[in-house]
Amino acid sequence: MKQVAEGSQAVSEAVRLAKVQVIAAYPITPQTHIVEELSEYCANGTLNARFICVESEHSAMAALIGAASSGVRTFTATSSHGLAYMHELLHWASGARLPIVMTNVNRALGPGWNIWLDQTDSLSQRDTGWIQLYCEDSQDALDTTLIAYRLAESVNLPVMVVLDAFFLSHTYEPVDIPDQETVNTFLPPLSPRFQIDTANPAAFNQFVSPQAYMEMRYNIQTAMQRVPGNYNEIAQDFKAIFGRDPRLAEDVHCDDAEIIFVTAGTTVSTCRQAVDRLRQAGEKAGLLKLKMFRPFPVDFFRQVLNGKQKVAVVDRNCSFGASGIFAQELRAALYNAEAPPEIFGYIAGLGGRDVTPETIEDIYWQTKRADRLQTENIWIGLDQETLKTWRN
Amino acid sequence: MAQLKVTDQDYFIPGHLGCPGCGAAIAMKFALKALGEKTIVVMAASCASIIAGPYPQSSVKVPVLHTAFATGGAAASGVRAALEMKGDTETTVVSWAGDGGTFDIGLQSLSGAVERNEDCIFVCYDNEAYMNTGVQRSSSTPFGVRTTTTPGQDWKKTRKKNIMETMAAHRIPYAATASIAFPEDLIAKFEKAREKKGGSRFIHIFASCATGWGAPSDMSVKIARLAVQTNIFPLYEIEDGTRYTLNYKGDSRVEDYLQTQGRFKHLSKKDISRIQDLVTEDWNHLLYKTGEVPS
Repeated sequence: MKQVAEGSQAVSEAVRLAKVQVIAAYPITPQTHIVEELSEYCANGTLNARFICVESEHSAMAALIGAASSGVRTFTATSSHGLAYMHELLHWASGARLPIVMTNVNRALGPGWNIWLDQTDSLSQRDTGWIQLYCEDSQDALDTTLIAYRLAESVNLPVMVVLDAFFLSHTYEPVDIPDQETVNTFLPPLSPRFQIDTANPAAFNQFVSPQAYMEMRYNIQTAMQRVPGNYNEIAQDFKAIFGRDPRLAEDVHCDDAEIIFVTAGTTVSTCRQAVDRLRQAGEKAGLLKLKMFRPFPVDFFRQVLNGKQKVAVVDRNCSFGASGIFAQELRAALYNAEAPPEIFGYIAGLGGRDVTPETIEDIYWQTKRADRLQTENIWIGLDQETLKTWRN
Repeated sequence: MAQLKVTDQDYFIPGHLGCPGCGAAIAMKFALKALGEKTIVVMAASCASIIAGPYPQSSVKVPVLHTAFATGGAAASGVRAALEMKGDTETTVVSWAGDGGTFDIGLQSLSGAVERNEDCIFVCYDNEAYMNTGVQRSSSTPFGVRTTTTPGQDWKKTRKKNIMETMAAHRIPYAATASIAFPEDLIAKFEKAREKKGGSRFIHIFASCATGWGAPSDMSVKIARLAVQTNIFPLYEIEDGTRYTLNYKGDSRVEDYLQTQGRFKHLSKKDISRIQDLVTEDWNHLLYKTGEVPS
């Protein structure tokens, strides 16, 4: 049934439909609407789950590790500093091979305090062994959350579903919320591969010598490598049941494109509009929507991108001392490609600054004018007057 | 020789990696005797994480969920929540942490868990410093002790944190101290805690560490007994954070205890007298709370 819903609500509806059994969460803006709604569902019996009001995000993930190890489906949501505070347990969750699903609403890290969109929080967790999926709109958020459970449980790795602060989490738009019976056909109850059981005592996550540690890590890597294939199968099932096609990456007008945007999150929608306008003006613009960031879909990019194109990556994040993180990953993925394109890395819209269709068009023209790469990262829309007043 | 009235059934078995005379190993052995096979142990990083044994072996015959240092309270809460969802109210969930994982890095998580009155037993086996990493001071290290981070003249000049009062302040249904030198008392307290389902229980075990305290390994139990006999570590229970019961009254002087361990050997007569004053002050305060002395 279609209803007008916030991005946050789309997530909590998906969690309800996934029949999650244990939720542990700590408040942080802008993810709070998600867990507020889930608290309500637990309180009024709409969702039969235990909601643990923990005293920190560190404890939220620790509680889910305890619950998931005991064989139940789990969920939490966080943002920014909350995610950073969880960092230790993110490694623990993947190392323990637990299919935990978490929503992270991308928010800037302080200082200065800033509650608005910035992707550096989730991207700086790229080495924690979590699958990362980025959402473009509310429907995408609901669909991706449902898929996340199937995907996590297929490889025993945790999944982070990522939404842009406010532009997605707090924006209302029509969302098709499926009924429970239909979701049941897509997502069966969790059937854990292992769980704590007093009838079959075992030690979980114990001390391990160099003789076995490396093999455990290798298994995480090979599980990650299965993720794109598993995702595609699950997405096909999803399409057959729900009629929507949430692909792990999507190419728009890329066949004949000379300049291709690569980006993730709500900026994809902005790029769609800019690409349409550029096409109407006779420009050969294209777009690659990056949905899956971990594992990085290297094969997909190698198929779509080639030496005849320029690529403009729009990063709403920065790895200081390197570049925008999507650009960095894309360069690494294409380094051994037969004919890699020129990759221009643009950093824009940090800390919630607007990225409009005009911003994207400006990036297009800059990329078109450039004969060759001038710099590893090009910052868009910096206020030179403000910069002049500060000593660096 | 008096015979202990203790079951022969063990869930913590030989082959573990504890040092000779390890108080933590004795504590776990007796605790699991009382708790039995329907028990899940959540083990925050500590000596016990090593003592329990490396992959693919384990000296613990009940399930153990090893977890990160600061997470005993939260991870146990998660296990309990999952059991509830599976309709299991019988199994006892125990968080087993050292003093670092209880008094210091794990305090927030523990406070959160007992404030929610989670249906778990939270155990601190206390060896009064970070032993696994090479004897660094914790907030459980008592006044007067030399550790590798309170060396020489910088021996610890502040008191041991009173974790029992901290737990009592949360008004949890049951809190008790126990000692490896009083196994029947320890087992009785674990049995009582196991039966008090539905809320948070806390047991603080004095678990001597011969390696870290500079004592011969055959002195561990004797040192633990002296700690009780000198009232340095009194045995008592607190119900609902308010009703105190004293289990033992000691009458020995603190010197008897201090002289057994290298960690105190630098202390002057004046320092020892200061320790006696601190112990007497705490003891009198406890007597007042138990109603043994009028207000």
